[in-house]
Amino acid sequence: MSFPTDSPPKPQFSEAAKAEIDRICKQYPAERRKSAMLPVLHIAQAEFGGWVAPEVQDLVAEVLGVKPIEVYEVSTFYTMFNLKPVGKHVLEICRTGPCQLRGSDELTLELERITGAKVGGGPSADGLFTLKEVECLAACGFAPVVQVREKYYEQLDTEASVNAMLSELRNMVHRPALPWEEKGLPNAVANN
Amino acid sequence: MGRKLLTEHINVEGIDTFEVYRKHGGYRSVEKAIKTMTPDEVVEEVKKSGLRGRGGAGFPTGMKWSFLAKPEGVPRYLVCNADESEPGTFKDRQLMSKLPHLLVEGMITSSYALGANTSYIYIRGELLYVLRILEKAIAEAYANGFLGKNILGSGYDLDLYVHPGGGAYICGEETALLESLEGKRGNPRNKPPFPAVQGLYARPTVVNNVESIAAVVPIVNDGGDEYAKIGVGKSTGTKLISACGHLNKPGIYEIELGVPVEEFIYSDEYCGGIWKGRDLKAVVAGGSSVPILPKELILKTAAGENRLMTYESLSDGGFVTGTMLGSGGFIAMDDTTCIVRNTWNFSRFYHHESCGQCSPCREGTGWLEKILHRLEHGHGSERDIDVLASVAKQIEGNTICPLGEAAAWPVSAAIRHFREEFEWHIRYPQEATRPGAVFPGKAVLA
Repeated sequence: MSFPTDSPPKPQFSEAAKAEIDRICKQYPAERRKSAMLPVLHIAQAEFGGWVAPEVQDLVAEVLGVKPIEVYEVSTFYTMFNLKPVGKHVLEICRTGPCQLRGSDELTLELERITGAKVGGGPSADGLFTLKEVECLAACGFAPVVQVREKYYEQLDTEASVNAMLSELRNMVHRPALPWEEKGLPNAVANN
Repeated sequence: MGRKLLTEHINVEGIDTFEVYRKHGGYRSVEKAIKTMTPDEVVEEVKKSGLRGRGGAGFPTGMKWSFLAKPEGVPRYLVCNADESEPGTFKDRQLMSKLPHLLVEGMITSSYALGANTSYIYIRGELLYVLRILEKAIAEAYANGFLGKNILGSGYDLDLYVHPGGGAYICGEETALLESLEGKRGNPRNKPPFPAVQGLYARPTVVNNVESIAAVVPIVNDGGDEYAKIGVGKSTGTKLISACGHLNKPGIYEIELGVPVEEFIYSDEYCGGIWKGRDLKAVVAGGSSVPILPKELILKTAAGENRLMTYESLSDGGFVTGTMLGSGGFIAMDDTTCIVRNTWNFSRFYHHESCGQCSPCREGTGWLEKILHRLEHGHGSERDIDVLASVAKQIEGNTICPLGEAAAWPVSAAIRHFREEFEWHIRYPQEATRPGAVFPGKAVLA
């Protein structure tokens, strides 16, 4: 007799992502497939709505041929992997010294005010934005800086520059396609 | 104007493509090395150049290369450290995104010198967009016969890959980087064994910073002796300085080592002085972990000599009155800056980035942050300054990797040079915590 289950359907990588994962795994010795852990987690996060749910991490483990715990150890160590659902756009605001010298504290308050989201909290009421403070993004000369997915928004020390960033994000229907997706349609920006 | 060995063509349109890069003399070092030199001769040129590791430690690159173990029949690896994360440092990101082929060329020439047939560029995960740029450049190099099997008909094979991190400052430490490249948490390894003997997959491995690898290109093209003619003493060649903070012209500057610090800050060729017409208060000259120096000591040594942008001049006076060139992350602070706030910020960074493996670092960085937080917010007590200094001292030297020191040094140095400002926060918390408050000078404590 089996137990009834109401667990969510098992996630699957798209064909394009599978091909990309195959390409990446070939970069390491055959017996070192685990090396592909971080690149595959990045792909998983991009594929499944900007965060890596436990079942997504289990899928990563399966694809790499490692135990799930080996993925959990890694996903909880590196700050780029979101372990809870996020809004359409995760604004990663640099808070480290050089950005603070050029106004990152004020920028964070302003972004909280405009979006209604709180740093470290859940997505904004409209589901559009998650605010996350991060450490140095290596763009100190162009401070203050916010990263959204693979794009850096720099010198956000004026109302105009902040508004330009937010309106670009608000008008984005799909997240930008990643190189391996270019043949097909990109996944819609996830709406959690 | 100083010579630009790395960035001469950085603003040429299309320089990120193979064709344009090649037209401007690109990939000559690969041809010269593979066709006319033995691997050992390339290593010899790098030794002669006096090149010192550009990631921060300043260890001679040629010497590091000569330590690489070369047992018969065992693969060895070259891994480029592109995990640029030291606050204040943003030179490698710029170099890789604008001149991707320079790094690819440097990797090929360096891999040949070390006898590596597989090499990796480990780039911090936040720079995925730069990874895409590098992968495009690598594909072009393969298509033109500079990577893959039998490069330029020489019989030498090389595969080059880019590997992203996941957001962890500690992975800039070379053994943490290797753990991360193996798909694990970035916990630094105990040494010995050193990577030169047991590195990636327990094979002999050299790990070099992006800028160091890039510098191999002009060194091989023009010879190590030519490179060594630039600079002062043991600080040879050019260095990328990433300047930020309260400057009129923050940005990346390739300088000949030996430029006076004063000229670097104030001349229009470089940073163009302090913003808003304000005065300079302090500088962190080589990334957040090096000791902060007040204006007087960054412009002149304690002996009254002009401070130069060299490894030796910046460290003149040791940690009592000097600092370090480090990674070249140059952070300038104007006279309105709160040193307590800045020190708290850096401590929060190191606490956040400690991997948690060693108790002195895991717990110590937490205490530094907590005590500095309460000082900055007006809840400090007279004892706190001594407790801070004592915690910092107990972290130093008691950890597997240098993150402990990196966390301790900024705190010790801030107390050393700006003790009165900490005392002001304790004795006059209401004044000191008012928004925009500026330390009025030590007379206020009298």
